[in-house]
Amino acid sequence: MNDGQRFDRLPATAADRTDEGRPTREAVLGFWAERFGVPPATFDGHSFWEKGSGKVWAFAGEAPDPATVEALGMVFLRARQEHPKPTTEAAQRFGREATRNVVELDREAAARFLAGEDQELAWDGDWGYLIVAHELAGGVEPIGVGLYLHGELRSQIPKGRRRQL
Amino acid sequence: MEALERYRPIVDDFEAFRAACERPLPRVVRVNTVKTTVDRALEALEAEGYAPEPVDWNRTLLGLDADDPGANWPYVHGWLYGQEEVSALPAVVLDPDPGERVFDACAAPGSKTTQLAALMADRGTLVANDSSLGRLTALRSNAERCGVTNLVVTNSDARNYPLGPLGGEPFDRALVDAPCSCEGTVRKNPDALAEWSRERVDSLAGLQKGILRRAVQATRAGGTVVYSTCTFAPEENEAVLDHVLAREDCRLAAFDAPLPAEPGVTEWEGETFDPTVARARRVYPHLSDTGGFFCAKLEVGG
Repeated sequence: MNDGQRFDRLPATAADRTDEGRPTREAVLGFWAERFGVPPATFDGHSFWEKGSGKVWAFAGEAPDPATVEALGMVFLRARQEHPKPTTEAAQRFGREATRNVVELDREAAARFLAGEDQELAWDGDWGYLIVAHELAGGVEPIGVGLYLHGELRSQIPKGRRRQL
Repeated sequence: MEALERYRPIVDDFEAFRAACERPLPRVVRVNTVKTTVDRALEALEAEGYAPEPVDWNRTLLGLDADDPGANWPYVHGWLYGQEEVSALPAVVLDPDPGERVFDACAAPGSKTTQLAALMADRGTLVANDSSLGRLTALRSNAERCGVTNLVVTNSDARNYPLGPLGGEPFDRALVDAPCSCEGTVRKNPDALAEWSRERVDSLAGLQKGILRRAVQATRAGGTVVYSTCTFAPEENEAVLDHVLAREDCRLAAFDAPLPAEPGVTEWEGETFDPTVARARRVYPHLSDTGGFFCAKLEVGG
């Protein structure tokens, strides 16, 4: 049973599951590999945990006693939904490794995305969640996650992270 | 400012000290090396028209003359953390290595926690505790913006810290950046002294002694504990060390402060402390052009 108040470590594969709906490590890494081309080895040093329905956390330390813990690493992914959704923080930290479904915005479009605005976008790739990036200090830096549907890029930057630059 | 008058006997050039406490504090940001390098952060800031000035004693610290150091792309990416220069000292003195077990007893809102995570290269286990659930919300938000993933966040009274999330395994290093009367932050917050009272200082000192004792107990023999405050009050600094030295298996280590600092005081208002408290360091605004600070390094065991 999933207890939304407690951290439970994700099982390695579906065969190791005791809770039917629990996401697995294999599925989480498979999603990042398939959707964004991020190699599973990127996460060799991380364990994954669920607290709250479908809220997956990535943690680099040694496994603690979950009963005593308020938070573990970073909130990494929303699972238990048809299309898993990476968090802004996960996109920023691990999105540099992505090789597909990354859209690079120019300066003005990046500022609008950060402000939380939706905008029209010419994109002939997949619909769904994209990693949104821009050029900064000689590299392409992920800003967060956008939802691309019907020619429009919808900013998924959480309210508390939005900014007018 | 009246509260500072009591330090006339222990502060050299007291008038310069008083004057420095009335000057606003230079703004500083720390580069978060979990997410970027100092060079890229400099490049990004310069491209946005800022003139960052490296602080001479630590390459991750940059002076930044900006009204809102959060209103720029490098900040949005979690490359920068607004942190007072002197508050970067205790994590540097603790000097954790990647892979270690580290305890941050009074962690929120997280400037030192995220600095520790960066010094650990986000590897190993960093347990960040705070007694206030509300302040932990700020800590979590700051840690996530910095991309930290080696953090375990707990919500306990650090004086009675239980076995903890690591099942009683001792820590290699611990930081006690204790709740204090905050006199040294007066340059940032001119109201810092408005609430000052001797009763409050004494009550905080009791709390500090309890937290530091517990942190020493939770650290392995041969491990390191750093004790820091942002206050000048010897009751909250040297007297706390004196109390803990007499009761726990630990000793004070000498260390080189990377910025101008004075030795801990061994006498205060008729009380005499363990002479090794002189190995602690007092940072004064008129000598270092920072906020006021206190920092001590303890070695645990034998």
